[in-house]
Amino acid sequence: MKVLLRNPRREVEVPGPTTVGALLAHLDCNPESVLVIVGDELVTHDAVLADDASVEIRPVISGGAGDIARGTPA
Amino acid sequence: MKCRVCRGPAVIDLRRHNANFCHEHFVAHCEEQVRRAVRHFAMLEPGDRVLVAVSGGKDSLALWDLLVRLGYAADGLYVGLGIDRYSDESLGHARAFATRRQLDLHVVDLATDHGFTVPEAAAATRRAPCGACGLSKRHVFNRYALDHGYDVVCTGHNLDDEAAVLLGNVLHWDLDSLARQHPALPAAPGFARKVKPLYRLGEREMAAYCVLERIDYQVDECPMAAGNRHLAYKESLNALELRSPGSKAAFLFGYLERAHGSFTRGGPTVALHPCPRCGTPTPGDECAFCRLQHRAIPVTS
Ligand code: SF4
Ligand SMILES: [Zn+2]
Ligand SMILES: [Zn+2]
Repeated sequence: MKVLLRNPRREVEVPGPTTVGALLAHLDCNPESVLVIVGDELVTHDAVLADDASVEIRPVISGGAGDIARGTPA
Repeated sequence: MKCRVCRGPAVIDLRRHNANFCHEHFVAHCEEQVRRAVRHFAMLEPGDRVLVAVSGGKDSLALWDLLVRLGYAADGLYVGLGIDRYSDESLGHARAFATRRQLDLHVVDLATDHGFTVPEAAAATRRAPCGACGLSKRHVFNRYALDHGYDVVCTGHNLDDEAAVLLGNVLHWDLDSLARQHPALPAAPGFARKVKPLYRLGEREMAAYCVLERIDYQVDECPMAAGNRHLAYKESLNALELRSPGSKAAFLFGYLERAHGSFTRGGPTVALHPCPRCGTPTPGDECAFCRLQHRAIPVTS
């Protein structure tokens, strides 16, 4: 299957079928840090991905220190 | 996997809650967490004029959406940071969302309105861009709220953001920052009320909310964030979370319920007076934002 990874954007081929959980383990992704999306839909960790599936692994961790505001402004 | 509420097919599993949810009940879960946050710290009153700090990312757009769903009159404010393509794209996402939901989005552009960009400020001060960026955003949101009659500024800081800041503050025993770290800061002379209604929701939940609700947000990371130490704290916390789900929430909520009070007691109070240029209370001559502006805009004459 085609797997789209982000930051930087790149694509890798992984043999299927496999479960989402196994795919994340294979790619060494912490399931807490990503969402797995097929088409426009979220898939849960037990979902089985077919060999011809197109899958996006979207990181959800974001932000720099400035986004993480301190208490008072200025 | 089945939804905990209706036993229909689940779209997301939340190990921290040991629960899976379908689309409908996941949205209900997000609403409930925001409602609880707002109630617990008396963040918002019915009838408040609310200003949402909107970046075009998942957290701020989800926050805006949730507040409107819960019946608050919330306008957005986007601050243009001048970070090339990233800023243009972020503004595009914020504008598209506002248009689709028929909401009011205000824009303050650092370059147009204050004469400098975040990369320029970072270069002039030879400091990490995130410092200048955070300082500028806090200043602009606060001033805008005060000048335009908003009762409160809401920011999209989520559970992961707050837990990462807490970890950083504890690792460095930064007592001042620990005392200030709170999801609800009351208004004070020269400062608008500032609240974080998403502090009970993780960033995975916020990204999932946007995907499910078809909110098209800025997925790509700010090019200035690379190497930021808060990202490393988040990764460490997620490594703990993987072994022991619920760790991040226990760390943050435990701090708020049991420890925060010990850091606010008896600290020295610094006398503040209004900045002569912009009016923001400051302990020094000029406020930190005006000083940054001086350094970022070289005096030509
Ligand atoms: S990563 Fe840093 S520079 Fe970029 S928007 Fe966030 S705080 Fe600003
Ligand atoms: Zn359900
Ligand atoms: Zn000033």
